[in-house]
Order: sequence, then structure tokens, then C-alpha cells
Amino acid sequence: MTDRTLRVRNLTRRFGSNTVLDSLSLELAPGSFTALLGRSGSGKSTLLRTLAGLDPAPAEAVLDLPRPVAVAFQEPRLLPWKKVWQNVVIGLEGRALRDRAEAALQEVGLGRHLDAWPATLSGGEAQRTALARALVREPQLLLLDEPFAALDALTRIRMHALVLELWRHHQPTTLIVTHDVDEAVLLADRVLVLDGGRIAADVTVELPRPRRHADPVFATLRRQLLSALGVELEEAA
Amino acid sequence: MSETHAATAPRDLILAQRRRLSWPRVITSLAVPAQLRRFLSPLALVLLWQAASMAGLISPRTLAAPSTVLASAWELTLSGELPSHLLVSLGRVGAGLAIGLSAGVVLALVAGLSRRGEEVVDAPMQMLRTLPFLALVPLFILWFGIGETPKIALVALGATFPVYLTLFSGIRGVEPKLVEAGQVFGLDRRGLVRHVVLPAALPSALVGLRYALGSAWLSLVIAEQINANAGIGFLINDAREFLRTDIIVVGLLVYALLGLGADALVRLVERRALAWRPSLIKG
Repeated sequence: MTDRTLRVRNLTRRFGSNTVLDSLSLELAPGSFTALLGRSGSGKSTLLRTLAGLDPAPAEAVLDLPRPVAVAFQEPRLLPWKKVWQNVVIGLEGRALRDRAEAALQEVGLGRHLDAWPATLSGGEAQRTALARALVREPQLLLLDEPFAALDALTRIRMHALVLELWRHHQPTTLIVTHDVDEAVLLADRVLVLDGGRIAADVTVELPRPRRHADPVFATLRRQLLSALGVELEEAA
Repeated sequence: MSETHAATAPRDLILAQRRRLSWPRVITSLAVPAQLRRFLSPLALVLLWQAASMAGLISPRTLAAPSTVLASAWELTLSGELPSHLLVSLGRVGAGLAIGLSAGVVLALVAGLSRRGEEVVDAPMQMLRTLPFLALVPLFILWFGIGETPKIALVALGATFPVYLTLFSGIRGVEPKLVEAGQVFGLDRRGLVRHVVLPAALPSALVGLRYALGSAWLSLVIAEQINANAGIGFLINDAREFLRTDIIVVGLLVYALLGLGADALVRLVERRALAWRPSLIKG
């Protein structure tokens, strides 16, 4: 049997004199949900882009990734000249593509938008289409690059629930990059904090789902992670 | 007290103005549908022209009356003269456009899709485009004689540059994020060109096509002044010899209608090919 654990060893990325990733090593268990937190410029996007194959990995780095990989970006990045269902199955070949697109779109609640143009979708619908496009590939590794940052608060809450449901159903190894501590604690079983190109904190979240902000454990984790990010909170209680 | 008065006064004034303005507008909108109202002033001008001709204010040698122009157009059509000249002109434009558009598209693809292609193709194209291509007529006559070749070559040249420039910039202006998404989702180079790059460049290329068509008509007009013995340009030149301003105007009208027709054709293509654009979805 193939080992589906994600392994990264000795990943260094430099842009000029700036070291973005500093001999980073990382292991993600199959089917786990991990959040990657970091300030802007901490290298979290570079790490995700390297895992997605968008940035070349240096020769000395060891990358052992589950395949196939699918990505959802911060923007939906739909091709405006292709109908929704064609966007979902872009790059795929084979028969019954439309049926596969329909099944994936139904899963994200867009079963009736198959033939819509992307420009007619709301921000949340476009991002759900992007999720369907990722899911239809049945990825072993799902990379989410701040996918909800551009959505309004209410849509974001719905998207969180949807992502969790999809993750539970398909069980891909999931890595979400975010700068939102609440989002990280709400979604992930493990939260990594990236700082200076290295993993500065590795926190396991052992809260049962659905998680509530009011939970004292939630608050403790939140404070712990914010502290790792260099933000100290003064708590009244 | 005075403040509230000052605040309400302008609004009353605006309402009063609106009331006063709205009466004539109601009358015109009742009389003529909005779309036709645009044609009222051109129609008035034509009527004025007709009246001036009939009153003897405009001599037929200067400009024939609209009624004479229409009559001549009808006559020329019935005799088969106008259709045969029109066919010759259309043939020249068709051949020139086919060559020019193909050349523009091929060169833009070569320059747009590869760095080396850009190095080879783009610099000379950018230099040549600054040349007013109509100034090449004397050289074309020397090279190609006075037959059909220089006419078609001029039309082709006029059509090449707009298509080249717009398609090239369209290809280079593709949103890199979309290309990246295409790569992540498994499109190879050919797939990226077909599904991402070319559709993204299409709106720009269609603008180029419209320019190319305009440029092609202009080239045709100039080219047909060169010793033609058939075509709309010949019809006009021939009419000049006999001071037939009516036939000259018929020729000009045909040129104008051809230009309009070409533009309408591109609009139709745009509506079909760019149905995905937000502005077209609603319409």
C-alpha cells in the first residue's frame, strides 16, 4: 500500500537575500485537517504554492506529496468564458464530464447553476464552484489558500460548514492557509504557525465539532496562537 | 427657519424646472419611438438638401439632389452596373482581408506565445505600424504594377496591423492567476492556449477585427483610385469625368453601407462569441 502521508524535508526558499522558507520540515497525516497561520510575509503562501507545484522546489528539498492535488485560491479564478460546469471539469478528460460536474456542484449546493456564466454568480457561489472544481478531482491533498478571506461574514460561516462537511465526506489531507486565528481553530485539528520561514508553533486542537467560540478551550487556544503570532491580548477575566 | 427655507428652495426650483421641461419631452416621446428619434435630424438635413436643390441653390454639378441620387442608384442597380462593380470591390476586400487577417493572426500568435517569436516578429511590426501604410501606394505600384495585386496587397496590409496589435496585446494581457489555475488543474501548454489564453485575448482581438475592417475599406477606397477599370472606386472616378455627382454620391453611399454592414457583422460575432461577458449577459 502507498503511504499517503505528506512529507516535506529541508525546504528552503530564498528571494534575493530574503529567506522565506528556512529548511522547513513538515509531516501531515493522511486525511488530517491542518491550518497554517502566519503573518503576511511569513512564507505561508510560498509553502502552499510549492506544495501545489506552482513554485519549483529546490533540488535539495524532499517533497513526498499525496496525489492528486487540488487547490482553492483566495479568488475563485473561474474562467469567465466557460460555463460553471465546464469550469468544474477543466483539465479533465474522459466521458460523462458533465455528469461528474453536476454531482460535484450538487454537493456544494449549486446543482441548478450548471449552465450559468461565472459572471452571474455571487462571491460565495463562485467560491463554492471553485470548491467543486477541486473536489471533482477526488484529491488526496486539498490546499486552501485563504479561500474565504474575500467573502462576507455570513457567507464565510456557511462556507466553513460546507468545507468541513466535504472534508468529512471525502477525507483528503487538507491544508488551509489563513491569517484568521478563529478560522484556524474552528476548522482544523492541528494549527501550525509559520514565522521566519520555520514552524514556530504546532498546536493540536482537540475540540469536538461543531466548535463554539464561547468554549473556554477555544479561547485558550486562540490566546496561545495569537501569542505565537506576536499578539498579546489583555484579558479582562 | 431661514435654514429650512434655504434647503427647500432649490428642490422646489428643480421640481418646477422638471415640470417645465417635461412637457415637450412627453410630446416627442409620444410622437416618435425613442429609437427613431436619433434619425430625425439627419432626415431633416436630407430634406433641407432636397429643398435647396429644388430651389436651385445647389447646382447639380456641385451636388445632385437626394431624389436624383436615389433615382440613379435604382437605375444603376437595375442595369446591373452597380452590382457588378460592387462584386469586384467586395472581391478585393475579401481577398485582402483574408490575407491580412491570416497574416495578423499568425504573426500575433508567434509573437504572443513565445519569447523568441516576440524578439523576431514584434520589433519589425512595431516599426512598420508607425508607417502610414497608404504612403506605400507608389512603391506598391512599382512592385505589383497597376492590376489587382497592389489593390489587394494594400487592403491586406491595412488589415494586418490592427489584428496583430490587438491580438498580441490580448495574449500578453491574460490574467496570470487564470493561467496558474489552469496549470494547477492539469492543463498542458496546448490546453492553456486553447482554454485560457486565446479566449482571454478574444475580446481585444475582436476590437482589432473591427479596426481592421475599417482600415480595409479605407485601403479599398485609395486602392481603387489606382487605375481601376471596375469596382465602386472606378464607378466614382468614371462619374467624375462626366460631372455625374449623383453617381459619385451613390458610390459614397455604397462605401458607407459596406462599412456599416461590416461593423454590424463584427457586433454579431461579438454577441455570439462573448456571450459570457457581464455586459452582454443582461442584454
